[in-house]
Amino acid sequence: MDDFTLPGLKEPVEIPKIDQGAMAHSQPFSAAPDHQIALGFPGELVDDWHDKAIAKFGEILDSQRALKVYMDACVKCGACTDKCHYFLGTGDPKNMPVARQDLMRKIFRRYFTWAGKWLPWLVGAKDLTRDVLDEWYSYFHQCSQCRRCSVYCPYGIDTAEFSMAAREIMDHIGMGQKYCNEIIGKVHDIGNNLGLPEKALGATLEDLEEDLEDETGIAVRLPLNEKGADILLITPSADFFAEPHVDGLMGYAKVFHQAGVSWTLSSKASEAANFAMFIGSHDQMGKIAERIRDAAMELGVKRIIVGECGHAWRVAYNFWDTLVGPFDFLDPNYPIPQHICEFTYDLIQKGELTFDKSANDHITPTFHDSCNVSRASRMGDMPGGQFKIPRDIIKACCNNFVDMADDTIHENTFCCGGGGGLLTDDLLELRAKGASPRMGAYDQVVKDHGVTHLVAICAICKTQFSKIMPMYGFAMDDIVGVHQLVSNALILDGQETNEENNGETVDE
Amino acid sequence: MTAAYAILFYAATLILIIGLVVKIRQYAMTPAPLKIPTTPAPTTKQGVVLRMAREVLLFQSLFRANKWIWLFGWMFHVALVLVLARHLRYFTEPVWNWVVLIQPFGIYAAFAFVVGLVALWIRRIAVERIRYITGPSDHLMLLILLGIAGSGLGMKYVAKTDIVAVKAFILGLLYFDWQPLPADPAVLIHLGLVALLMIVFPFSKLLHAPGVFFSPTRNQVDNPREIRYAPDATSNAAPGE
Repeated sequence: MDDFTLPGLKEPVEIPKIDQGAMAHSQPFSAAPDHQIALGFPGELVDDWHDKAIAKFGEILDSQRALKVYMDACVKCGACTDKCHYFLGTGDPKNMPVARQDLMRKIFRRYFTWAGKWLPWLVGAKDLTRDVLDEWYSYFHQCSQCRRCSVYCPYGIDTAEFSMAAREIMDHIGMGQKYCNEIIGKVHDIGNNLGLPEKALGATLEDLEEDLEDETGIAVRLPLNEKGADILLITPSADFFAEPHVDGLMGYAKVFHQAGVSWTLSSKASEAANFAMFIGSHDQMGKIAERIRDAAMELGVKRIIVGECGHAWRVAYNFWDTLVGPFDFLDPNYPIPQHICEFTYDLIQKGELTFDKSANDHITPTFHDSCNVSRASRMGDMPGGQFKIPRDIIKACCNNFVDMADDTIHENTFCCGGGGGLLTDDLLELRAKGASPRMGAYDQVVKDHGVTHLVAICAICKTQFSKIMPMYGFAMDDIVGVHQLVSNALILDGQETNEENNGETVDE
Repeated sequence: MTAAYAILFYAATLILIIGLVVKIRQYAMTPAPLKIPTTPAPTTKQGVVLRMAREVLLFQSLFRANKWIWLFGWMFHVALVLVLARHLRYFTEPVWNWVVLIQPFGIYAAFAFVVGLVALWIRRIAVERIRYITGPSDHLMLLILLGIAGSGLGMKYVAKTDIVAVKAFILGLLYFDWQPLPADPAVLIHLGLVALLMIVFPFSKLLHAPGVFFSPTRNQVDNPREIRYAPDATSNAAPGE
């Protein structure tokens, strides 16, 4: 890994001076030919990449209204220029959303517009050269598709649509990214991103059941492939063993147990993540979603609940029904699909969960809104439910809660720096720098309000922060999940609540 | 000169209308395969109409993004509407009552129009980030707009032109009964730049005006769990371009 200097802790929205080319060197590893071919993409850069790229570009323009409109609509007003966490963290002007879009727009103008054909110098139209392509590979892998720019754009121009399309074009000419494409292959071959086979998954779940029984004295189950269960839980595979994710999985299990519902995990669909969204492939996204539908049908469940995962919730909430629906075999009395936070929140509203809040007294949490939950989906039946529900859950099981600055939460939230298929060590510098606005906002509440923990509902956020927070002087376990806090405080029926034991069992 | 300007205006009008129809048709015919509203988003169609109204009339998102750009941008756009409304008096005979009433506001608006544009141009040059994203066409657009405003104000306050004759020329265009155009430089510049603006409209960033209505992140209803979103497969038909 190259050496780099972090921007340090500062005001989250402090605008840096422009530093041209500061991140031009940042590129993810390329996908190996095997990983490319497995997804139906060319193994390496094809000879006629130029024509193929333009043809694919045209195809996308004719099939996606967003891109078609956004290519034309930008007036270069500058509203987005200080909104991207990667710009704020690196100062590289090509990380300003409009400049990132222009990397594609200049090609669009040259090949698809009258003005760009005849007056390229006037409208900034450029030929698609190898240099431009390399620039695409670099800077479209410096966008985490978090959509913060689209909140502020007067036309709602969404840079995520550009980076998805650019990656789709690059995949089709043999310029795929290793991290995403390798992972998508694993999902198809094994069922999850981590390549955890059924046997290992079963053993892991048994171990977790033992842990839960040791902790609570109660046989809380983590069922796998149980036909006839009511609920299928689709959760990111990191929940099966990564820290702090796994504590959240135990939280879900406890909530299900306390609710008295029958539920199961599936080894076939042992992954909520759908990295095909990151590479802009609707085709792959549908295939990955399909196996979840298949698993639900085979197991004969009535409901699908999705665990704590940001982009997975976007795909599940917004895209599943369109791509592989209808899900008319599920019980229409429940939301299809339902978020685990919605499930837990409903139980809290009905008074069916008992919490010992003091179990979380060693924690003063603040909540990190994950971008795909905040700006690309919803929870509950009201706009903004995705902000209220997780916070209300935290408040139900913690005595202390503090929010970060208004311009860094809710739909203004900053990406963790690792979303959008960038959560790989070959992009560590980008990840570390891109986290700086969030770290700055967190640092403020740490200093002003004694906040001790950052709470998230996204596997990518959790992994990213446990790696990045130590670089900013925090502890790696200062990042926790919502259902981890739930798990700490939830008292199960029949659970020994000897006061001496309260609150100590869950301390690390 | 009269004939040249008459033909110019007929051509500009045709290009503007045909160009916009073609573009809007493209936007409308291109499918939106997935739900991608930027949330929190309205959960009903009425809600979306309100959201769009706030965007188009108040520039809500821009207001949240940057107060200065909002102030000058909004000022310029509102002024543009007032100025255009004021100009209706050159297209109607007798002049509609409300157009008579707003005449003074149209004049104030002309100054606000210039102030807004000059301030936006200063930002373009002075703010490093915006300078970086500004291209020649962005300067040209400001130049055209300020040229129109300057020549218009020039006719009003500096070198008065025979406005009655100008009106006769315009009405003549409308009724295909050409009347002579006064050959004052200010009139010729003013009308020439207006025609130029009409011609570049469908080929430039001015397409943000129709574009905003077709922006999926703003015009989609956030209800994928309530109503299955299955875009009509027939809308996949190639629009012919």
